[in-house]
Amino acid sequence: MAEFLMPKLGSDMTAGTLVAWLKKPGDVVKRGDIIAEVETEKGNIEVESYTTGTLEKLVVQPGQKVNVGALLAIIRDDQSATTVAKIVAAPDPLVATATSVPPVQPTGEHDRVRISPAARALARQLNVDISLATGTGPDGAITREDVERMAASAKTASTQPSSAADRQAKLRETIAAAMTRSKREIPHYYLSTTIDMHAALSWLTEENSKRTVTDRLLYSVLLIKATALALREVTELNATWDGTKVILQKDIHVGVAIALRQGGLIAPAIHNADQLSISELMTRMRDLVNRARAGSLRSSELSEPTITVTSLGEQGVESAYGVIYPPQVAIVGFGKLVERPWVVQGQVVVRPVVTATLSADHRVSDGHRGGRFLAAIDRLLQEPAKL
Amino acid sequence: MKPDDIRKVVLECLGNIAPEADAASIKSAVSFRDQLDLDSVDLLNFVISLHKHFKIDIPEKDYSSMMTLDGCVAYLSKKIEGGSSTSP
Repeated sequence: MAEFLMPKLGSDMTAGTLVAWLKKPGDVVKRGDIIAEVETEKGNIEVESYTTGTLEKLVVQPGQKVNVGALLAIIRDDQSATTVAKIVAAPDPLVATATSVPPVQPTGEHDRVRISPAARALARQLNVDISLATGTGPDGAITREDVERMAASAKTASTQPSSAADRQAKLRETIAAAMTRSKREIPHYYLSTTIDMHAALSWLTEENSKRTVTDRLLYSVLLIKATALALREVTELNATWDGTKVILQKDIHVGVAIALRQGGLIAPAIHNADQLSISELMTRMRDLVNRARAGSLRSSELSEPTITVTSLGEQGVESAYGVIYPPQVAIVGFGKLVERPWVVQGQVVVRPVVTATLSADHRVSDGHRGGRFLAAIDRLLQEPAKL
Repeated sequence: MKPDDIRKVVLECLGNIAPEADAASIKSAVSFRDQLDLDSVDLLNFVISLHKHFKIDIPEKDYSSMMTLDGCVAYLSKKIEGGSSTSP
């Protein structure tokens, strides 16, 4: 039996509102399947299952706000016996209406709905889907009160959507909290280097001339790939800080800072960016940006970045010194491409260059290693065909 | 295809990328990037949507001609009139 909990989609998230269930009890779910949609300060997020099994019971109803870690549903592993679920993180009584739902009493008959005739009639009258209801009566039976509560939740959720201004204000609060915490707790150090982009841009122009419009690459993909590969060499920057010690991360999930159209910023992850080809990375990045702006990111994309890359070159910024997003321990910034005099084999020539910066957590790494990391990015960008 | 029809399609494609934009207030000679705050992914999406709609190839070197409404309409008018192929 697995507990499907309200995920923590960032160090600053404390609660989320269930918007909708995308699966119903009895459905088989696989690891990675999207089974719920949750509203957070960062927008609506599609939440994936981290396990494979059968969806046994939905504990929280659409419209309910619960704390991070609160039980949302139970997924039964078909190999194991079902046991009584528990709420692993006590929801805040001020915000979490789900706390009024007692622990589920699984019956082992998940495919049969226990409901009184009166409650069934009421459900039909109020157009409530009883397969999604949580029974609080004897043996988990669905009562008239359960049906009424569900109908009320659905009405609240559908008639009182968060306004764009509210969501924007919440997002701003979230960013403020994370950045304040970062600056208060993380001893940042900053490094920068200027990188000759002649080879990378020449390769990109040549490569794009051979590709169709839909398959063309953006320059920023080269920067992301070079960053991901450099992390293989300086592994301590691909890590998180748990409050007392560093935890090195095996997989490289690069968070890409994306400005939202309505304002604010979000940095979802491209998973295993070091293992993707440039074309795959381009596809993933474009998809990620489009979904971030459409409000359809997935929970793993928000909870799992191991480093962040931010690029402000398009805004005319020459150097971007980022603030680390906890619990990550580094952020890499890229500025705009500018032409500068550059010495090549004793000759002064004009070259396109970019300033790459590193903001890193001094509890985890030192300037020496940070310098090696930036040097690795530089070296990798000089051989773009190998990225 | 008449320039006015092309302009309509261009505005429609822009509207899909920047839904908050008011088509009537888009200035013809100001770059999309400046007035709509589009980034490189937005502009790529824009070019791809035009490519799909008009079924024409748009080489990367031509992107700079298409960054204003007037420039974009003029470029597409010429391209469509010329009967461009879709390769590569």
